[in-house]
Amino acid sequence: MAVEHKLSIFRGRLTFKSVTQKIWGVLIFLSILTIVEVALGIFKPQVLMNTFLGMKLLNWIFIILTIIKAYYIAWDFMHLRDERRSFTSSIVLPLLILIPYLIFILLLEADYIYNVMSDGFVSWNF
Amino acid sequence: MDATLTNQSENENIWGGGNKPLNASYGKMMMWFFIVSDALTFSGFLAAYGFSRFKFIESWPIADEVFNHFPFLHGVDAPMYYVALMTFILIFSSVTMVLAVDAGHHMKKNKVAFYMLLTIVGGAIFLGSQAWEWKNFINGQYGAVETRGGQILQFVNAETGKRVNLSSFAASIPTDRSQHKAKNGVWYVKESTLPTYSVEEITAGFLANDNLLIKTQQNDGQGHKLVLDREGSINKITQAVHVVEGANLVRNEYGSPLFANFFFFITGFHGFHVFTGVLINLIIFFNVVIGTYEKRGHYEMVEKVGLYWHFVDLVWVFVFTFFYLV
Repeated sequence: MAVEHKLSIFRGRLTFKSVTQKIWGVLIFLSILTIVEVALGIFKPQVLMNTFLGMKLLNWIFIILTIIKAYYIAWDFMHLRDERRSFTSSIVLPLLILIPYLIFILLLEADYIYNVMSDGFVSWNF
Repeated sequence: MDATLTNQSENENIWGGGNKPLNASYGKMMMWFFIVSDALTFSGFLAAYGFSRFKFIESWPIADEVFNHFPFLHGVDAPMYYVALMTFILIFSSVTMVLAVDAGHHMKKNKVAFYMLLTIVGGAIFLGSQAWEWKNFINGQYGAVETRGGQILQFVNAETGKRVNLSSFAASIPTDRSQHKAKNGVWYVKESTLPTYSVEEITAGFLANDNLLIKTQQNDGQGHKLVLDREGSINKITQAVHVVEGANLVRNEYGSPLFANFFFFITGFHGFHVFTGVLINLIIFFNVVIGTYEKRGHYEMVEKVGLYWHFVDLVWVFVFTFFYLV
């Protein structure tokens, strides 16, 4: 079964000559992202400690970088890039819809419980 | 949406079976659907972790203070480095897996076997690293006490602000209290191992040592824990009821018991996936070596276990972020 491979990443800005080259290219990209994450995690710049939309900027950066890494692992290592769009969608869409929904419900509820415990009449620190 | 286009050849019957509207074989598609369901399982766990963390947002342990070991660097505060190393090991073993799949497309048996072997070795190293991480987490390093209300109190040096080991200040009060074992007394009733020091010894040692302060579970909002002054510390130490060394499912010296529970459960479940991944990779490796896929004419099986292996890597990327970074 001859499989057709798409060899471009970054929306066609970077094209590799062979699949092997693309794999190493993606590895380098993932490594850079991980090194950035670790460096930020160790140094924790003061600027990024400001809160934005209920979370520290630093944590937003970590989560966004993680999702970018997940995208490249799924698209290039798990070669979703080479699959049909309908197949890709049937895999990715359920996750993209259900997971944010679950996170939204649980975190909102947790925040509510936190508020009840800290402001309400229920004491847990006795 | 090119699946709706007809892609059969002239002589193929649409309702006769055998055509693939999504252009993926049955096995590969089922592997993907398993991965989707497993991804939902893991996201359920991580979302539950987020739930507990937001519920105790003011007192959740700080990862940098918990995971700060590195092999051969005893007593050196090295947060993040070890887990970053583990991440690189797993990503690298993912790369060797893709290389094996690619070699499979070109029907190069020896190359497939070689890359599969590297992947297995990478997976084994990762598992070993995780065992070491667990060992450090379970044994703990400094020890702490727990109050009646379930709060963990850690001890720090007043000048340096660094944590202090229980053994460095505990007073010695001889006691004949020993561990109750199942063989003594009522059948099947026993207790867990006793801590090295009793609460009385810790309290006496703390009161005698003016240089010690208590670090509470409360976060100050800037990524540090609140440290009490000497008066507050003396007031707090009288409430201690347990000495805690290391971590188990009931209490741990790092803070909230839920933290240890989620750590054990989520990294344990991920480690179990890595373990099964290594086992499946081994089976496929032997199949490659004896030439099963060479005879079959294609290496799609390598591709399928590859999908599973990458998924394990993918999950680790998220576990890494939510346990160690955020």
